[in-house]
Amino acid sequence: MSEALYVEVGLTEGEYEKIVELLGREPNHLELELFGVMWSEHCSYKSSRVHLGLFPTEGERVLVGPGENAGVLDIGDGWAVALRAESHNHPSAIEPFQGAATGVGGILRDIFTMGARPVALLDSLRFGPLTYARNKYLFRGVVAGISHYGNSVGVPTVGGEVFFDRSYQGNPLVNVMAVGVLRKENLVKGQASGVGNEILIVGAKTGRDGIHGASLLASREFNEAPLEMRPAVQVGDPFMGKLLIEATLEALETGAVVGVNDLGAAGLTSAASETASRAGTGVEIDVSLVPRREEGMTPDEVMLSESQERMLFIVEQGKGDKVREIFRKWQLDAARIGFVTDDGMLRIRDGKEVVAQVPAAALTESAPVYERPMEFPKKEDKEVSVPLPKLPDGYGEILRSLLGSPNLASKAWVYNQYDYMVRADTVMGPGGDAAIIRIKGTDKGIAISTDGNSRYTKIDPFLGGAMAVAEAARNVVCVGGRPIGLTNCLNFGNPENKEIMGQFRKAIEGMALACRVLGIPVTGGNVSLYNETQGENINPTPLVGMVGLLEDVSKRVGNGFTKSGNLICLIGENLEELGGSEYLSYVYDIYGNDLPVFDLEREKEVQEFCLRGIDEGLIKSAHDVSDGGLAIAIAEMIFNGRAKGAAISMTEPLIRRDSLLFGEAPSRIVVEVEKADVERVRELGMVPFMVIGEVKESGFSFALDDEEIFNEDTIELEKIWREALKWSL
Amino acid sequence: MVFPGSNCDLDVHHAIRLMGQDVSYVWHTETDLSQYDVVILPGGFSYGDYLRVGAIASYSPVMSAIKEFAYQGGLVLGICNGFQILCEAGLLPGALRANEDLSFHCHDIYVRVEDTDTPFSNQLRTGDVLKLPIAHGEGNYFASEEDMKNLRVIFRYSDSQGNRGGNPNGSVDDIAGISNLSGNVLGLMPHPERAMEELLGSRDGRGIFSSIVAYLKERSGISV
Repeated sequence: MSEALYVEVGLTEGEYEKIVELLGREPNHLELELFGVMWSEHCSYKSSRVHLGLFPTEGERVLVGPGENAGVLDIGDGWAVALRAESHNHPSAIEPFQGAATGVGGILRDIFTMGARPVALLDSLRFGPLTYARNKYLFRGVVAGISHYGNSVGVPTVGGEVFFDRSYQGNPLVNVMAVGVLRKENLVKGQASGVGNEILIVGAKTGRDGIHGASLLASREFNEAPLEMRPAVQVGDPFMGKLLIEATLEALETGAVVGVNDLGAAGLTSAASETASRAGTGVEIDVSLVPRREEGMTPDEVMLSESQERMLFIVEQGKGDKVREIFRKWQLDAARIGFVTDDGMLRIRDGKEVVAQVPAAALTESAPVYERPMEFPKKEDKEVSVPLPKLPDGYGEILRSLLGSPNLASKAWVYNQYDYMVRADTVMGPGGDAAIIRIKGTDKGIAISTDGNSRYTKIDPFLGGAMAVAEAARNVVCVGGRPIGLTNCLNFGNPENKEIMGQFRKAIEGMALACRVLGIPVTGGNVSLYNETQGENINPTPLVGMVGLLEDVSKRVGNGFTKSGNLICLIGENLEELGGSEYLSYVYDIYGNDLPVFDLEREKEVQEFCLRGIDEGLIKSAHDVSDGGLAIAIAEMIFNGRAKGAAISMTEPLIRRDSLLFGEAPSRIVVEVEKADVERVRELGMVPFMVIGEVKESGFSFALDDEEIFNEDTIELEKIWREALKWSL
Repeated sequence: MVFPGSNCDLDVHHAIRLMGQDVSYVWHTETDLSQYDVVILPGGFSYGDYLRVGAIASYSPVMSAIKEFAYQGGLVLGICNGFQILCEAGLLPGALRANEDLSFHCHDIYVRVEDTDTPFSNQLRTGDVLKLPIAHGEGNYFASEEDMKNLRVIFRYSDSQGNRGGNPNGSVDDIAGISNLSGNVLGLMPHPERAMEELLGSRDGRGIFSSIVAYLKERSGISV
């Protein structure tokens, strides 16, 4: 075999030799293509797999952990939730609208594949600064793509985040999370079990789009914007996606379907080999039976196509007609293309001729696993220590300036383009600390949040990873939800670079430790490597998608002040440290060298304290202190509130004033409490708790030892905050 | 009514159940609607809204049954995409264009009740202000002067006090919802079915559904 061939499908010489050894012969061209996609970084997790084992994945609520299309958690009374997050970074960098749209479609398929009705979408987006025209184009395109697909398909987009930083110049991140609800007895897995069972391909027809999306687009670094790769980006059809959801859920009700897998990255190749390998069976399919959109497609093209809105069904022998009838009602194809065998092989025919034949497990379980060299940052490697900026004089001016930062400003421009209410279950939509979806027919609600701050992980991957988990959990806690499980998207640079692998390892160690201390299992995730453009790697960006449970959704609280005269209190402690803060970045254009002290045990106590307070009805509103620090947190509670003011009065702190106002020390929550309840709240736990001010009708003032350090008009502040993002575009 | 691509069908179903009434889904291939009191065309993206919003659905097999139902005086309510379909099918005058700023809008708005002499608004008072959600990309209602003579304005966008203003999409004369002259066919862009419970932020949508219930009770009382 000439070198050109295996390099063309994205494999190395060593990998090629391993294939020959596994097969005991040279692969033919189609077989080589199958290995090329299945052993790509995107599908095989070959650089990351050894590290992902650090995550705790077990817990009494975990019904399905990593390795399936989505994780599934038991929420009691026969109900369960399915969750999954996925990246669509590289397609969105080339074609923002379709890249983002198909990201939404793909993650939804992962959810209803499990038998769950999708009920919520969230998007975590990262772009370079909006001062560049290309970043504006990418930002607008991605938001439009999400809006196009999500609104039409009828699943509410209830939350997410948007963050701008120069490290994403040229390599934006588009991570999408979906959550579904199901009855436990309706759970289906992606397994081709039962020898002789029928294999159906259902949904849209197969075309030539997306070929090599997983191997050549998603698993390589990104040198000049490769516009010639545009055909590798798939095109989404939300109408077809909606029909596929309805038809699939209806077909599952027949009880005839034993396994389902979506056709996403690596299309039919991946779905067929994974379902067989999970069930320990074999699969025989005939590509000539696959419904096609265009004529003259070769077996290679059919096997590698990433055309959207398709699924693979494994149906009990003889019951295929029942399923086909349902798909006919929804005007979708459902073609029988093969059957389950007992020989462990993935056998592909084109009519009578066998065109490829490889052990299914060779494509999946036998994929290479790399322990790539790692290098951990040493203290002395850090850029020369940046002296902290001198204390500013006009804090009010800084507050106004920060509220106008695209990272802190209201994201209403984004989320008002998303239908976040369809299905009439959205108790709390975007703009809250976490979104809440109620489950009809029960008192339950699920709280969902996505989080991750890449400046923290850039400064310290371990602490940053731990903080991402903690913050996502804290957000869920702030609305009254108890965190029960998480999924993630790990976005990093080029794994062939030792420092990047070091960041990756440390971030996972930090996340895993936080999960253990907080008692939250990881139900799955997604790894996106090679986020590198022109030799520049993105900041390490682990994103956490957290799900929490409210047994009684009517107890939820918001993050806006409810009544003038109530007290404003702080759970947790203000610490000296500005590293990683939006303040340092936006005002002084530096990251800083260190992160604030972070104590996971303290974090856990703070969260428990807040949950108890909400559960007992003592906390009227709550908001975690994160990006922008204490002053911004209080300002947001004013903007989101019915009572539009706050008077804060504290003793002069032992820390710098700017650290107090704008530092981002974790494990802090601002809560609103009625005067009469303060002592009861104080006794909820053994964490620092202090009254720092009072809710007012208007005005935002801040005094230290009776010295007023700012006093601002809240109408003016709110106008800046609400309009800044729109004016940046 | 469920067209392929409808996505607020479930929400409408839930809302009617909350009102304690019977409801069933009717598939777009149905040809006989005689057993029903009210036909509701829900929001969503029927047929993906390809070609033009509501255009393909207006040729759906069930449409001739809906027209017949409406001509017989049956109550027909179109919400959001349902309103767009009713305009495309000619059951209501005018058309819905892309929002003035070309963006999809999803948020709460206020409407002022302008006309209470219909089966859909008899339990409301003129000047009442309702807080309802909108979620549409094409809600910019337009009607020619000629068309304006063939419709009744039932709801207008307003501010929270009922004053003019608060129009989110540029519709002519701040129109949010209209009926035909006889009042038995209503189309509106806001989603009353999403405003049925305090838990979800507003109960102001109930007035429209309770008007329908009141009208039907009275009608059956007379006919008996």
